[in-house]
Amino acid sequence: MACIESLKYEIVLKGASFSECREYIKKNCREVLTVDPGTLLFEKPIIGIPPVFIGLDGDTITFPYTKPCYGTFLLRTENPEEALRLRKMPRK
Amino acid sequence: MHIPEMKTGKEALLVLGCPQVPVQTAIALYLMHSLRRLGVRPVVAGNQAARMLIEVSDPAHHYAGEMVDLDGCITELAAGKRKYDYFMVFVHNDAGVSYGATVQSITGKKVVLIIYGEHFSEISDSVDFPCEKIAAKAVHNPMPLKKKIDEVLNWLVSNL
Repeated sequence: MACIESLKYEIVLKGASFSECREYIKKNCREVLTVDPGTLLFEKPIIGIPPVFIGLDGDTITFPYTKPCYGTFLLRTENPEEALRLRKMPRK
Repeated sequence: MHIPEMKTGKEALLVLGCPQVPVQTAIALYLMHSLRRLGVRPVVAGNQAARMLIEVSDPAHHYAGEMVDLDGCITELAAGKRKYDYFMVFVHNDAGVSYGATVQSITGKKVVLIIYGEHFSEISDSVDFPCEKIAAKAVHNPMPLKKKIDEVLNWLVSNL
């Protein structure tokens, strides 16, 4: 597992609202997980307005990422280990 | 100058946002001062820049006490490793609202949002989770926000 800054990721949306992130994930990802804010993803707590959606397509994870100075990004990255860990988490 | 303090054993977590709006550091220090006078020990969470602004402005920690990394603080809250009596989140952009919603969701407690900046009214209207709001158009001049804090802080500390 690696922290987000060290991942190779693609920026899907920039300066997005959480409802825009949810909408994108619902429309474009095969599996949708609903998690609570504070859930660890790549060793960092997810910041967000509930419900927070994470999208999965095979080993590809699409997720919102918020930074205090830059707002919210929707990122996409491939990480088999983290995708497996997410699938094993209890579903809401 | 010595700050006369009551002791209540209570702690408030102040979650700082991006320090790009000038009033944040001044208001955070004023809020810490006011909380101490009410016997509440402030703990500041922020990114490195926000914490360093506090550190340089209050090098002897007359007002500031413990300071913690923002991500580490949220991780500890989510794991239930640390508890606070009050949560005060500084908000001047969407990211601030997200941090406020996260703290509220993790703790289940009513948080206090301190909303400021050029777009304080739109940001305040966008919040739809349980919270108390202290909001004023304060960008460079902290006085409108200071006045609001003076009006409500005693009530908040007594009632939350």
